[in-house]
Amino acid sequence: MLAYVVRRLLIMIPTLIAISMISFAIIQLPPGDFLTTYVAQLSVSGEAVDEAELDSLKNRFGLDKPIYEQYVLWAWNFLHGDFGHSFEWNKPVATLVGERLPLTILISVCTIIFTWLVALPIGIYSAVRQYSWVDYVLTLIGFIGLATPNFLFALVLLWFSYAYLGMSIGGLFSPEFADAPWTAAKFLDMLKHLWIPVVIVGTGHTAKFIRIIRGNLLDELRKPYVVTARAKGLSETKLILKYPVRVAINPLVSTIGWTLPELVSGIAITAIVLNLPTSGPLLLGALMSQDMHLAGSFLMLLSMLTVVGTLLSDILLAWVDPRIRFGTREGV
Amino acid sequence: MKTDPQKEERYLNASTRQLVWWAYKKHFLAMVGLIAICGLYFSAIFCEFLAPYDKDTRHFEHVYAPPSKIRVIDHEGRWRWPFVFGTVMDIDMETQAIRYVECPDIVHPIELWVRGDTYYFWGLWRTNIHLFGVPKPGKIFLFGTDRMGRDMFSRCLYGSRISLSIGMLGVMLSLGLGLLFGGISGYFGGISDGIIQRVIEIIRCFPSIPLWMGLSAAMPPHWPSLKVYFVITLIISLIGWTDLARMVRGKLMALREEEFVLAARFAGAGHFRIIFRHLLPSFTSHIIVTVTLAIPSMILAETALSFLGIGLRPPITSLGVLLKEAQNVTTIALYPWLLIPVAFVIATVLAFNFVGDGLRDAVDPYSR
Repeated sequence: MLAYVVRRLLIMIPTLIAISMISFAIIQLPPGDFLTTYVAQLSVSGEAVDEAELDSLKNRFGLDKPIYEQYVLWAWNFLHGDFGHSFEWNKPVATLVGERLPLTILISVCTIIFTWLVALPIGIYSAVRQYSWVDYVLTLIGFIGLATPNFLFALVLLWFSYAYLGMSIGGLFSPEFADAPWTAAKFLDMLKHLWIPVVIVGTGHTAKFIRIIRGNLLDELRKPYVVTARAKGLSETKLILKYPVRVAINPLVSTIGWTLPELVSGIAITAIVLNLPTSGPLLLGALMSQDMHLAGSFLMLLSMLTVVGTLLSDILLAWVDPRIRFGTREGV
Repeated sequence: MKTDPQKEERYLNASTRQLVWWAYKKHFLAMVGLIAICGLYFSAIFCEFLAPYDKDTRHFEHVYAPPSKIRVIDHEGRWRWPFVFGTVMDIDMETQAIRYVECPDIVHPIELWVRGDTYYFWGLWRTNIHLFGVPKPGKIFLFGTDRMGRDMFSRCLYGSRISLSIGMLGVMLSLGLGLLFGGISGYFGGISDGIIQRVIEIIRCFPSIPLWMGLSAAMPPHWPSLKVYFVITLIISLIGWTDLARMVRGKLMALREEEFVLAARFAGAGHFRIIFRHLLPSFTSHIIVTVTLAIPSMILAETALSFLGIGLRPPITSLGVLLKEAQNVTTIALYPWLLIPVAFVIATVLAFNFVGDGLRDAVDPYSR
């Protein structure tokens, strides 16, 4: 088990390097560097440009050096927790990221839990009672859930609750808590708002999971060992939950890793529609105003989140499934 | 069980294509999806003719007009040919919302084949004939109008033309990339396989929307809209090809050890000929299924980007550009018909999913 984890960790390193290169390349894509944008902003607002400050910034980010040295410097600083400086907010990027990223992670984790809690019982039910009307209704809802993209769902829900329920569901905090420091009351207030993005982002995945569980479980239920167990007089609930379900959810464990990038994407765009204080809106703003240090750090961190998530799900899978732990190759 | 001998004869002599079509026809939702897609593409191709107005014509006296109600009974209770009432603008003093009041004495019958805005049909010839409309000065807005008084129905048709074409074009590009890299990876294996698989894994690690956002925000704002259109298509397909490449690789790896490949090699066929002449045709159906299921995600990607304001920009009108108008909750609450493009997006995506699912079940006619 340990050897497997170490091997997976070693594979992760080149992936992370490649991701950092792509993130850096995206920062560099727009013409000019961020200092020219900064200077342009300053001169528009009529402030004097401080030559000494410019020089120190140039020095700090190595802007007069060739591009690969700039990359190395950026990556080196990144590793040491110095994510650069946001010129739009005039704050260190690390502070901004520290405010926003935990909320993205929180929503992702809640969404995963929500997805499993909802999908598992429904999936099992539709498989056991195949072709019942409940199964048909759930399949139909699943199809619609799959086809509706998060942000459109958010938009429609926003409109519906505003027009018919007379309340605004945007934001993650009530106005009186928005800038307040963290307290128990603020946390409770957040929980009240949290379920909306969780449901919006989770619906599509829940639908997908239900279909996977249903399909897998149907295959398992037809196998002889189920008949044997039933013949031996095992109670139906125990029979289904103890054997076929365990096999059926195995492939799902491996999908957690691939679900994460989709979740993060979904949260980013849902947050923009619902105006949540997560990383999505800040990333969009940073990209629009070419605040490239901020944008690059977010791209890098969100992708890292995915890589770590994939790693976790691989380890989880190896823990659940001994065939992987002992290095037998998966069937192609 | 007795089977009709004539039917059995027909079944045994049928070509693969016929078998697939027979199996497909049994799938109800897939047929609905197919008809819906044909309808959507038909309206996208002939949108200038089907739309009663040009997408950019502004009707200044009809800003934020609600969808016109088509009636068949007039205020005296008589049945007539479908018509719409004329309307008068009125401002709600409380909410400042614009309202329209129907005048029962002004009747505009709906006519077919009316002359309206001039357009170049497919850029080829000038004409001003539209499928339907009402004689001037009447107006008909099936889906209402937006803040500039532009007809939403016409804009939806023009918008779905752009969105559907991006889906098609994007999928062609990713199909090309997927076949090329998946082909190399699966057929030759070895080092090239390792490198390509790593690259695919890295690309798939990126959350797609933030990456798309990064790439499209790097586009200079002064680019002409046609260039933006092509670059956005390219960006969207850059990520979509990985699924196709993995599918092609898996299939090629399974097939390259088959006897018919060995036979072809002994007969002196080159790699190129083996791949394109012998291997690819044996799983064309799988490629078609994957492509069908990939199109909706392309359309959604474009919609999402344009909705955020970093995708297509006016004057190009796509469904996402239309939805950008509907970002503000108070605006949608007052004028909910601005959300109608959502229905187009969902219908398109559902239709493609149904067709893809139906095809997946049908392509293997010998499996039963």
